[in-house]
Amino acid sequence: MNAFWIILTGSLVATCCSLLGCFLILRRMAMVGDAISHAVLPGIVIAFMFTGSRDTVPMLIGAGLLGVLTTFLIEFFHRFARVQADAAIGVTFTWLFAIGIILISVFAGQVDLDQDCVLYGEIAYVPLDLIITEGGLSLGPRTVWMLAVVTLLIGAFVVLGYKELFLTTFDPAFAAAIGISTTLWYYLLMGAVSLTTVASFESVGAILVVAFLVAPPATAYLLTDDFKSMLGLSVLLGIIASFAGYYLAVWLDGSIAGAIATVTGIEFLLAFLFSPTHGKLRSQKRVQTISH
Amino acid sequence: MQDFIEFFSFTDANIRYVTLGSVLLAASSAVVGCFTLLRKRALVGDAVAHSVLPGVCLAFMLSGTKNPFILLIGAFVTGWLSLLVIDYITSRSRVKEDTAIGLVLSVFFGIGILMLTAIQQTGNAAQSGLDKFLFGSAASLIGEDLIAFGVVAVLLLVAVVVFYKELTLLCFDQAYARTIGFPVRGLELLLTTLTVFAVVVGIQAVGVVLMAAMLITPAAAARFWTENLKVMLVLAALIGAFSGIAGAFVSYTAPSMPTGPWIVLIVSMIAILSFALAPGRGWVARIMRQRRNKTRILEENLLKLLYQLGELRQDYGSARSLEELLERRNIPKKEALTGLRKLRRQGYLQKVESRWLLTPEGEKRGRRVVRLHRLWELYLTQYLNLASDHVHEDAETIEHIITPELEQRLIEELNYPDLDPHSARIP
Repeated sequence: MNAFWIILTGSLVATCCSLLGCFLILRRMAMVGDAISHAVLPGIVIAFMFTGSRDTVPMLIGAGLLGVLTTFLIEFFHRFARVQADAAIGVTFTWLFAIGIILISVFAGQVDLDQDCVLYGEIAYVPLDLIITEGGLSLGPRTVWMLAVVTLLIGAFVVLGYKELFLTTFDPAFAAAIGISTTLWYYLLMGAVSLTTVASFESVGAILVVAFLVAPPATAYLLTDDFKSMLGLSVLLGIIASFAGYYLAVWLDGSIAGAIATVTGIEFLLAFLFSPTHGKLRSQKRVQTISH
Repeated sequence: MQDFIEFFSFTDANIRYVTLGSVLLAASSAVVGCFTLLRKRALVGDAVAHSVLPGVCLAFMLSGTKNPFILLIGAFVTGWLSLLVIDYITSRSRVKEDTAIGLVLSVFFGIGILMLTAIQQTGNAAQSGLDKFLFGSAASLIGEDLIAFGVVAVLLLVAVVVFYKELTLLCFDQAYARTIGFPVRGLELLLTTLTVFAVVVGIQAVGVVLMAAMLITPAAAARFWTENLKVMLVLAALIGAFSGIAGAFVSYTAPSMPTGPWIVLIVSMIAILSFALAPGRGWVARIMRQRRNKTRILEENLLKLLYQLGELRQDYGSARSLEELLERRNIPKKEALTGLRKLRRQGYLQKVESRWLLTPEGEKRGRRVVRLHRLWELYLTQYLNLASDHVHEDAETIEHIITPELEQRLIEELNYPDLDPHSARIP
């Protein structure tokens, strides 16, 4: 049963992250996703301090705000202070992450969070924190419920806002011309990324969020030219990685988040080599057949 | 205060180690960071920092010891590999660079975490302390580590000094470097190697995640204070070194405080202050400059209006009311009044019974603006063959910018003209 809950958690995180990741990598904003996933840390710690508990809602709000603040700071440094784009990202997220770590050290007594957990989460503990009704009936882990809600929200966001997200990603000028606010959808997308990051943070840690945001979409990008199939494929690849990663971790007796990230990398490697349209080996073979 | 004196007397050998270590680590990575920043590849350092972890774990698994040199070699191998993989993915597939960086960073780090946790589960007592690579601990630097990393840091600085010219060329004009026969590929490898070394060394102080800050932040801060690369390198090193000392001091006074995050926090605050306050490139300086330009344009427009009114009525000696001015040009009333008052304080205008009169200086300045405007209109029609009804807007802007030298050139170029394209006299 534990395995089921852990894999389900991983799959839910994979679904949210992969969907949003597709938009991020096509907007060349993969590193902004990386930055947000690190920078929400102080938000989580501050929410902990205020409520003194691991309540989900304040945490989501605190860290969500920090996520949007990160995006805003990067934009601000880049546009108003004219810091070059990559440096703006690097300065912002390391700064906020450092503040987060310092806050954890300052309130070490009161905050039930340790540094390692921040990086690679505690997905193995997900099945331990159950919601139990008064009648003693177990409804399953709290994290799974929270992630399910977030996944539904993100799914609804992508489906309902599909046209706007698609246009602002591929042709911002046209989108602006037909009256879609690129700024609004930019911040909505970043808000969604923050929400996902925060919801996934506790269970899988910053690193798996980045892996899911970047690796399955990049893999799907090598496998298809159609954007809708890319969305579907990357979700599928994320879920497969959760399965395989869990069993890899059990076999090696190591971190589940680390193992899942490893598997997403292997998936990318396979696609890179064998993709029917963009793979290295396939395209070499194609060149050879032509030269015969 | 007593802590302060105790710390800076450096009598305690441990303090000496920690401070020296932090300074060397921070300064050497800051110097290398300048070059990666200028090549617009700042985030690559982040990827290298994360990719070092599997190498460290692998080196430990193979050797079974925590000898710093062996761990360094392991770190070096995977750090290097990560850069090659990023380059390979970017050049051989349609995946973009930022995606490749994110991918390599998270996957290598994931592998590292998997290995680290697997090692920890084996119960091998020697492994404790490996996880200090995650968050770094400058405070626990001791003799052996310090010698190893100090040597690398010094080597880095020497390499930068020796190859200064080549690296500069690589950052600023790669095409030129190739043309004059520099081994560009080799230099790229050199810079890559330096980056990896800097990361491997710096990671001891601040850990995997924050290593990116040690490369990017001091360089980004220094960039705001100077246009000269040599000055920038020295400045970045100083900023890095200062943060190193400050971080070591904080963790000395409060031992529960992590050194790495404090170093990063301090260096980030310096950077953010630089972004805001640096003269010339800083945000505040630029806003001030914009505002100054705006008032100058407003003032010159007002003087121009008064002069034009005088020209129209063939009478420069009588005062005009504000309404007369605003009739000819749409300026918000309040703004116009402030501008007029300021001009009076500067001696360009006189106020006569709530009307405004040009002083001789004011007339001179107003005449100059009108002259520049008409000269430019003439220049555009004569040399660019623009229609005479298209040139006004352009001249409106440039009349505030042309310098006296340029004015002289224009007059010579146009052969001392009398009339502009609208047949108005050029004063």
